[in-house]
Amino acid sequence: MSEDMTQFPLRLEGENAPMVRFMNVSKSYGELTVLDQLNLDVAPGEMMTIIGPSGSGKTTVLRMLMTLETINKGVIYVDGEPLTHMEKNGVLVPANKMHLRRMRAKIGMCFQHFNLFPHMTALQNCMEGPVQVLGLTKESARQRAEELLEMVAMSDKRDHHPSRLSGGQQQRVAIARALAMRPKVMLFDEVTSALDPEVINEVTGVIRKLVGEHHLTMMMVTHQMGFARDISDRVCFFYGGKIEEQGAPADLFGSPKKQRTKQFLSAVKEAV
Amino acid sequence: MTNWRWDFVWEILPRLIWATGNTLLAAGGGYAIALVLGLALAVAQRSRHKLSKNILRELVEFIRSTPLVLQIFFIFYVGPQFGVWLSPWTAGMVAIGLHYAAYLSEVYRGGIDSVPKGQWEAATAINLTTTQTYWRIILPQALPPSLAGMGNYLVGIFKDTPMLSVIGVGELMHTANAIGSESYRFLEPYTLVGVIFLAISLPTAALVRLLEASVRRTLGMS
Amino acid sequence: MTFVEFIITYYPRFLSGTIVTIEQFVLASVLCIFLALLAGLMKLSPRTSVRACATVYIEIFRGTSLLVQLYWIFFVLPLFGITLDKFTAGFVAVGLNVGAYGAELVRGGVLSVPTGQWEAAVSINMSPGKRMSRIILPQALVNMLPAWGNLLIELLKGTALVATIAVADLTFEARQINYSTFMSAQSFGTALIIYYVLARFLLTPLMRRLEKIMARQIGRE
Repeated sequence: MSEDMTQFPLRLEGENAPMVRFMNVSKSYGELTVLDQLNLDVAPGEMMTIIGPSGSGKTTVLRMLMTLETINKGVIYVDGEPLTHMEKNGVLVPANKMHLRRMRAKIGMCFQHFNLFPHMTALQNCMEGPVQVLGLTKESARQRAEELLEMVAMSDKRDHHPSRLSGGQQQRVAIARALAMRPKVMLFDEVTSALDPEVINEVTGVIRKLVGEHHLTMMMVTHQMGFARDISDRVCFFYGGKIEEQGAPADLFGSPKKQRTKQFLSAVKEAV
Repeated sequence: MTNWRWDFVWEILPRLIWATGNTLLAAGGGYAIALVLGLALAVAQRSRHKLSKNILRELVEFIRSTPLVLQIFFIFYVGPQFGVWLSPWTAGMVAIGLHYAAYLSEVYRGGIDSVPKGQWEAATAINLTTTQTYWRIILPQALPPSLAGMGNYLVGIFKDTPMLSVIGVGELMHTANAIGSESYRFLEPYTLVGVIFLAISLPTAALVRLLEASVRRTLGMS
Repeated sequence: MTFVEFIITYYPRFLSGTIVTIEQFVLASVLCIFLALLAGLMKLSPRTSVRACATVYIEIFRGTSLLVQLYWIFFVLPLFGITLDKFTAGFVAVGLNVGAYGAELVRGGVLSVPTGQWEAAVSINMSPGKRMSRIILPQALVNMLPAWGNLLIELLKGTALVATIAVADLTFEARQINYSTFMSAQSFGTALIIYYVLARFLLTPLMRRLEKIMARQIGRE
C-alpha cells in the first residue's frame, strides 16, 4: 500500500464535477486481479449501464461503491467527496466507520437476489431504514414507504412477508426500500437475472419510470441488452477488469469498434 | 414391590415439591445467565480480531469438554481462596450459566451463520449500524433455527441441577439425600425425584417443539 | 507450597484418579455403545411392542438426571436384591444414561441411509439381518460418527459424577486433595486440565482418525 496519495484531490469541485468518480481503482483477491486501474466518471442524473461477460468485474464496481468490498488502490468519490477515504491533515487516509456511514447515506442498492428482510412485511422493509437510520417518525416513514410502494405498484401487498411474494414483486419492494433512503445514486446489480422471463417487465418498467420522472444518478449491471439500449445514457463494456469500450447505446450496440465488444454482442444475440 | 410405603410418600411429598421450586429457580437463573452470556460469546467470536477469536474458541472448548460438577466445585471453592465468598446458590448458578453459555454460543453461532450473506449486505445498503444489523436483521432470523438447540439446553440445564447438591444447594437431589439420611429410606425419595424429573422434562421437551413451530410461523418464515 | 511442589506431592493421586476415570470411561462406553445399538435398532422395529420397550428405556434415561439414576442404582436397586459395588454402579449408570442418547443417534444414522440401499439389498435377496449388518449399518455408522465424538465427550464428563458415590476417580481425588490442602484452584484446576487434555487431545483426535478410517473402509473420500 505504498501509494502516493497526494495525486488524489481532497474534493471534487466545480460545475462539471461528476456524481461518481473512480480514480485509478484496483482490486484483487490474492493473485486474481478483478479491477485494474479503473477510471470512470458518472455525471449527475446520468443512467450508466455496465455490460460484459461474467468475471469481468462489473458487479464488483457496484459492490465497491456500496462499500461491500474494499479497494486495494485508488480512490472512489461520490457527490464531490471521497468515499473510500477521508481527509486527515490535508491527505487522504482510508475511511473510518463514521465516514463510511455518512457517505453510504448517498447510495442505495438493489441486489440480484433482492435480499428483502424475510421477517418483515413489505411495508416494514421500506420503513426499517428511514426509522432506524434517518430517525424519521413511524408515521412519516410509513407515509413515505406507502408512496413508494404505490409507485412500484405494490400497495396491495404491503402487509405480505417476502415469502408470499413472487420474485418480481420482491424486487419491486426492494427498489422501494432503497428509494426510501433518498439516495443520490442508485445501483442496480443484475436485478432481473434471478427473475422468470414473464415478470422481468414488471421490474424494468419501474426502472424506466424512475429514469423518466426522477433526477437520480443510476448505475446498472444487466444482461438485458434491449433494456440497456433503450434506457441508458451511456453503456460501458467491461472486459478483464477494464473498460474495453464505452459510448452512447446507439453507437456501442449499433457500431461497436473493438473486436471483443463485437464478439460479446454477437454471442449475446445468439443466446437470445 | 419391595415395601413401597405410600404413607411415607405423602409425608415427604410436600418437602420434595418445595424443593422442586428451588430446582426450577436454579435452572431458570442459570439459563438466564447462559442465554445472555452465550450470545455475547457467539457475537464476540465473529470479531475480526484473530487472537481474541482463537482464545474465545479455546475457552468455549475448554468449558464444553470438562465436567460441570468439577466446574461447580472450582467456582465454589476457588473464590474463598482469594477472599471472595460466593453462596452455594450464586456459585451454582454462575457455574451452570457459564457451562451452558458455551453450548448456547455454538447454537447461536450456527443460527447466525445460517443467515444469508445478502442480509448483511442489504443492511449495509440501508446504512444500519452493526448493532442495529444484529438486533433488527440478523438475530430475528437466527432465532428460529436456534430454537431447537436452545430448548434442548433448557431441558439439559434442568436435568443438570441435581449436581448443585454437591455444594449444598437445597434443590431436589439435596432434599432427597437429606430425607434418605434422616429416615434411612431411599426407595421413595429417589424414585419420586426421578418421577418429578420425568413429569417436568418430557412435557417441556414437547412444548419446546410446539414453540419452535409457532415462532417460525409468526416470523413468516415457513 | 508452589504449584510445582503441589504437583510433585500429589501427582500419584491425580494419576490414580485419572486411571480410574479412564477405566470408568472405557467400561461405560462399551455398555453405552451396546445399548445404543440395541435400543436404536429396536426403535426401528416394525413391532409396536419392541418399539415401546426401546421408547420406555430412552425416555426414562433421557428424561431424568444422570445423578438421580446413579443414586437410584446404587442406593435403591439393592432393595430389589441387586447389589452393585460402587465401581460397577458407576459405569453402569453412566453407560445406561448415555446409551439412551446414543440410541437416537443410531436411529438417525440408520434413517440417513437412502432407501435405495434397502431396495438394492432386497433385490439381491439378502436376509433382513444381513441387510442391516452388511449394507445399512456400515453406512449409518459413518454418518453418525461425528455425533458420537461429541457424545463420548459427554460420557467422559458424565463419569465425573461417580465421585459422588465415592468411586476414587479424578474428580474424587481432586476433592480429597482440596479438603486436605485447601488449595482449591490447584486441586480442581489440575483436574479440569486433565479432563480437557483427555477430551481434546486424546478422544477427539482418536474419533477424527476413526472417522477417516471408516470413511475409507466404505469407499468414501
